[in-house]
Amino acid sequence: MPAGTGGSSIFLALDGAWFLIGDDLMSELDRAACTVPLGLSAKAFAEAAGTRLALAELVPPGALNLRGDLADHGFVSKACAVLGCELPRAPNSVQSAGELTVLWLGPDEWLVLTAPGGEISLAERLEEALLETHVAVTDVSGNRAHLRLKGAAAREVLAKGCPLDLHPRMFKPGSCAQTVLARTSMLLHLLDDAPTFDLFPRRSFAPYVVAWLVDAMRDHEGVFLNAA
Amino acid sequence: MLLITCPWCGPRDEIEFTCGGEAHRARPQDPAATDDAAFADFLFMRTNPKGLQRERWCHSQGCRRWFNLERSTITHEITRIYKMGEQPEASADATSPARQGGQP
Ligand SMILES: [Zn+2]
Repeated sequence: MPAGTGGSSIFLALDGAWFLIGDDLMSELDRAACTVPLGLSAKAFAEAAGTRLALAELVPPGALNLRGDLADHGFVSKACAVLGCELPRAPNSVQSAGELTVLWLGPDEWLVLTAPGGEISLAERLEEALLETHVAVTDVSGNRAHLRLKGAAAREVLAKGCPLDLHPRMFKPGSCAQTVLARTSMLLHLLDDAPTFDLFPRRSFAPYVVAWLVDAMRDHEGVFLNAA
Repeated sequence: MLLITCPWCGPRDEIEFTCGGEAHRARPQDPAATDDAAFADFLFMRTNPKGLQRERWCHSQGCRRWFNLERSTITHEITRIYKMGEQPEASADATSPARQGGQP
């Protein structure tokens, strides 16, 4: 069970399965108001490719909440022209193009994710194009934190606190869902078959969610957490 | 624990939902012209049937949409789920037909 500190992260590993947390989890968690509040390293996460279970925090994307009527062809065509991306019509589905990801939130509601900082100009372009249309464009970039959980056991880790049917037959890559994880509101997006989940908890709940995930990951694949 | 089929999201666990009570209760058209007893009846009294009841539910932890649901208050069996604004025929053994003629 090699466990060691490297730079600002603790790496915990057993049999090739490892995950990482900030070197002082609790003090990092207190920095919840910062851009990258939880001290999980996205770079180290990328280096963990191929391992069985890894958790990382990413810089929260620019996020716009878009509301409009799918039956209004003007709305759909103008919005799609600005986004360069289809609006997902099927419940709990995702469309993406370039650095843009559009998640279905409701029959007239979408979450548009873009590169951090890109939301301001995107909102302006949407508002300009949709000036005469009955829509709402709201910048919600500060709403959610962005976590990524990856590895063969990821579905099992989430299933410990999520009532959603996460079986690969039911929840496939390209799906999203607003649901509950560990009794908190959670937006899930399944990216691939690794499986890689993007998790978007409410920002103020993120420290709790990370603490819960770290605990839920402990008894998987022999991952061992030594807080010392 | 109920498994409730959101009209949009499909089957989800009960903890994702909020129950909004009896559905299809029509607010008096002119409250000012309605006497206190009648308005109190609208405000506070519910049918509370032993049997099938139509209720409003919100998928509050999911798509956050309201919808209607017909449920047996005895067995919790869900016999019907339909969107807001819809008013399907009552199931055969519905116990509160008077309530179901009201406006949504
Ligand atoms: Zn729903």
